Amino acid sequence: MNSETIHTLAVLVENRPGVLARISGLLSRRAFNIESIAAGPTEEPDVTRITLVVRGNEDTLGQVTSQLGKLVDVIKIADMTSGNCVHRELALIKVAAPEERRRSIIDIVEIFRAKIVDVHKEALVIEMSGEETKIDALLDILKDYGIIELARTGRITLGRGPVPAKAST
Amino acid sequence: MSAVPEVNVRSGVEERDPATVCQEVPNPSTRMTGAQMVIEALKAEGVEVVFGYPGGAVLPLYDALYDSGLRHILTRHEAGAAHAADGYARATGRVGVCIATSGPGATNLVTGIANAYMDSVPVVAFTGQVALPLLGRDSFQEVDITGITLPITKHNFIVKDLQRLPRTIKEAFYIARTGRPGPVLIDIPKDITQTEGYYRYPKEVSLRGYRPIFEGSIEAVEQAAEEIVRARRPVLFIGGGVTISNTWNSIREIVELTGIPVVSSLMGLGNFPGDDPLFLGMVGMHGTYAANMAVSECDLLLGIGVRFDDRVTGKIDEFAPNAKIIHFDIDPAEIGKNVRVDVPVVGDLRWSLSALLECLKDDDFVACDHRRGRGRLDEWQETVTRWKTERPLTYRQSDPDAECSIKPQYVIEEIYRVTDGNAVVVTDVGQHQMWAAQYYTHKRPRSFITSGGLGTMGYGLPAAIGAQVGRPGEVVFLVSGDGSLLMNCQELVTASEQRLPVKIAVFNNMYLGMVRQWQEFFFGKRYSHSCLNGSADYVKLAEALGCNGLRVTKARDVRAGLERAMSLNGPVVIDFRICPEENVLPMVPAGGSLAKMMGCFPEG
Ligand SMILES: Cc1ncc(C[n+]2csc(CCOP(=O)(O)OP(=O)(O)O)c2C)c(N)n1
Ligand SMILES: [Mg+2]
Repeated sequence: MNSETIHTLAVLVENRPGVLARISGLLSRRAFNIESIAAGPTEEPDVTRITLVVRGNEDTLGQVTSQLGKLVDVIKIADMTSGNCVHRELALIKVAAPEERRRSIIDIVEIFRAKIVDVHKEALVIEMSGEETKIDALLDILKDYGIIELARTGRITLGRGPVPAKAST
Repeated sequence: MSAVPEVNVRSGVEERDPATVCQEVPNPSTRMTGAQMVIEALKAEGVEVVFGYPGGAVLPLYDALYDSGLRHILTRHEAGAAHAADGYARATGRVGVCIATSGPGATNLVTGIANAYMDSVPVVAFTGQVALPLLGRDSFQEVDITGITLPITKHNFIVKDLQRLPRTIKEAFYIARTGRPGPVLIDIPKDITQTEGYYRYPKEVSLRGYRPIFEGSIEAVEQAAEEIVRARRPVLFIGGGVTISNTWNSIREIVELTGIPVVSSLMGLGNFPGDDPLFLGMVGMHGTYAANMAVSECDLLLGIGVRFDDRVTGKIDEFAPNAKIIHFDIDPAEIGKNVRVDVPVVGDLRWSLSALLECLKDDDFVACDHRRGRGRLDEWQETVTRWKTERPLTYRQSDPDAECSIKPQYVIEEIYRVTDGNAVVVTDVGQHQMWAAQYYTHKRPRSFITSGGLGTMGYGLPAAIGAQVGRPGEVVFLVSGDGSLLMNCQELVTASEQRLPVKIAVFNNMYLGMVRQWQEFFFGKRYSHSCLNGSADYVKLAEALGCNGLRVTKARDVRAGLERAMSLNGPVVIDFRICPEENVLPMVPAGGSLAKMMGCFPEG
């Protein structure tokens, strides 16, 4: 029970100035280990959804949840750790691609069902979305070609089935 | 934080909120400036007094205050205003209000806000801000006070839209005083206070992200009651939550029914009569032998409105090692934060304690128990009573005629006598604070006002002013130190100007005594910068700032000095020349086990 694992939380917050500062400030102040944090608008214009990936044991998770719950701007916190969720992350990868190696990179991209979104005579920009492990696997292979630049969004998550996080218990 | 993506925040969301729209029905009779709205809102909240200090960004607000009929007390530093609002709130149970201008005025509030935050005190702080067009440009006296106070407020606001001002004030008061209380700051740009708009104060607050819990799980309460029936060595550990929820009567009733001995945190003192045979005293670093032993030996610890601070628990692994721990608290985040909890009872103490009492009054329980635990807890009560009588708090009396070696503990005992134990005791921070906690027999709730969580030197004098303003008919006695008093001594002027009869005892040991004590014990007596050399004359200081000043140098004169102070009308400072190297004992060294106290035997 008290071993360290990865937990995913969907945090619905008021879309107000400074709300992210409140959340990230609290997390760093209380020394919680955050693997990723991703925020964006939702189906409701005044609600922002923040997906947090936290590393820790059950106690840490309880603390993160109850401390976040105290923030006035936090409307709802849903634990999305269970298997019944879809996790995705988006990565943009700029990889060195001189003419002689371009073809083999394109092959890899196809195998991974990723996309090439920019082509230059020296480099390609690849777009890849999927679970983190899949992105990691692609990166592992591209490493040998020379990754010039990498941007990742951090995990976003939705539960499977019709019930939204805001209605979960 | 810079790594965090910033969301695309749409402006104008607030205006679309239906709650606001229906409130803003134009009504010509309620057109006024933002500054006037603040005054009207304060009146609507029942605010009787505000503590503050003016400046450029709050000029419009002060102009509206001028003939508002609201009582405003001009402190002589914004720190004083924040602490006074805090002291007022603790003494009365109402929300304390303070006002400061932008920039340095606002930053001067910061310590006071942090202090109120640590001890869960309801305070609403208003700060002026530069006008909206100047915001974010490092304008004159601009500071990001909502950013600065983010981690030390329960919530804060910056009002960028006049329409939202009334509702924001309503929400601020609501958030400050409900649930687990705390300070809330409202930052108002100057132009917002100067603009005119329609005023309508909302009757209700609806915040979907803030719904303080009242009731929790009744099963948890029942489980707590069962544990109480089973326990053979139970201890009730009470804290500041009992004060905040006004549930001291429930505590007394629980003890009447069950006979469980009581220990208290610093913040809980006064919630259970200090002279009751079942009261064992304060627990923790400078707790009594009986209280610390009881916690170390108990089989059931009922923590009520406490947060298991490190000054209380000492070494966590050895805290209440043989006990099941039941934790009653309104804040779920407190459960398991510092100690393992076997039975959490989350909810307002007003609910949980009365639910517990109902369980305890149940026939099944009464059948297996007797009033005050007679029979069932006999052995345990005997044990704790023996600890209490065999190792009480003691000190060695000094020669009554010796100069400058009055025992501080004796002064506290004498303050207790001349005030019949009925004073509102306020303290600063240091050794004198601990002596006031230990040697005054605290019998009334809301009558021991001290900076617990933050340990803020300089808190005492302004807090005493706030307490006296809130409880004008009562004796307010400040126990301060020669170090602490100077940290906000400008407020002596406020006390004299307001003719507040605060009694101020300066425990003058010519040291930052608590620092010196740690240096003596843990740093080989290297008194690095803790000696105050006695160069300040507190009598002259008092007189210069419009107060009475007295000096007492011998133990023999302590009583007469105190009686003289009691007979004077205005504020009075009494400079007690106490024994410079007296230590606060017993003591559990930081991080040590409560069962291993130093200096709890009368003869060392
Ligand atoms: C604002 C602030 N600065 C520093 C400290 C650290 N500190 C704790 S007790 C103490 C000494 C207090 O001296 P005094 O007011 O004379 O009280 P005494 O211990 O001598 O009774 C100090 C410096 C503090 N608590 N608060
Ligand atoms: Mg001192």
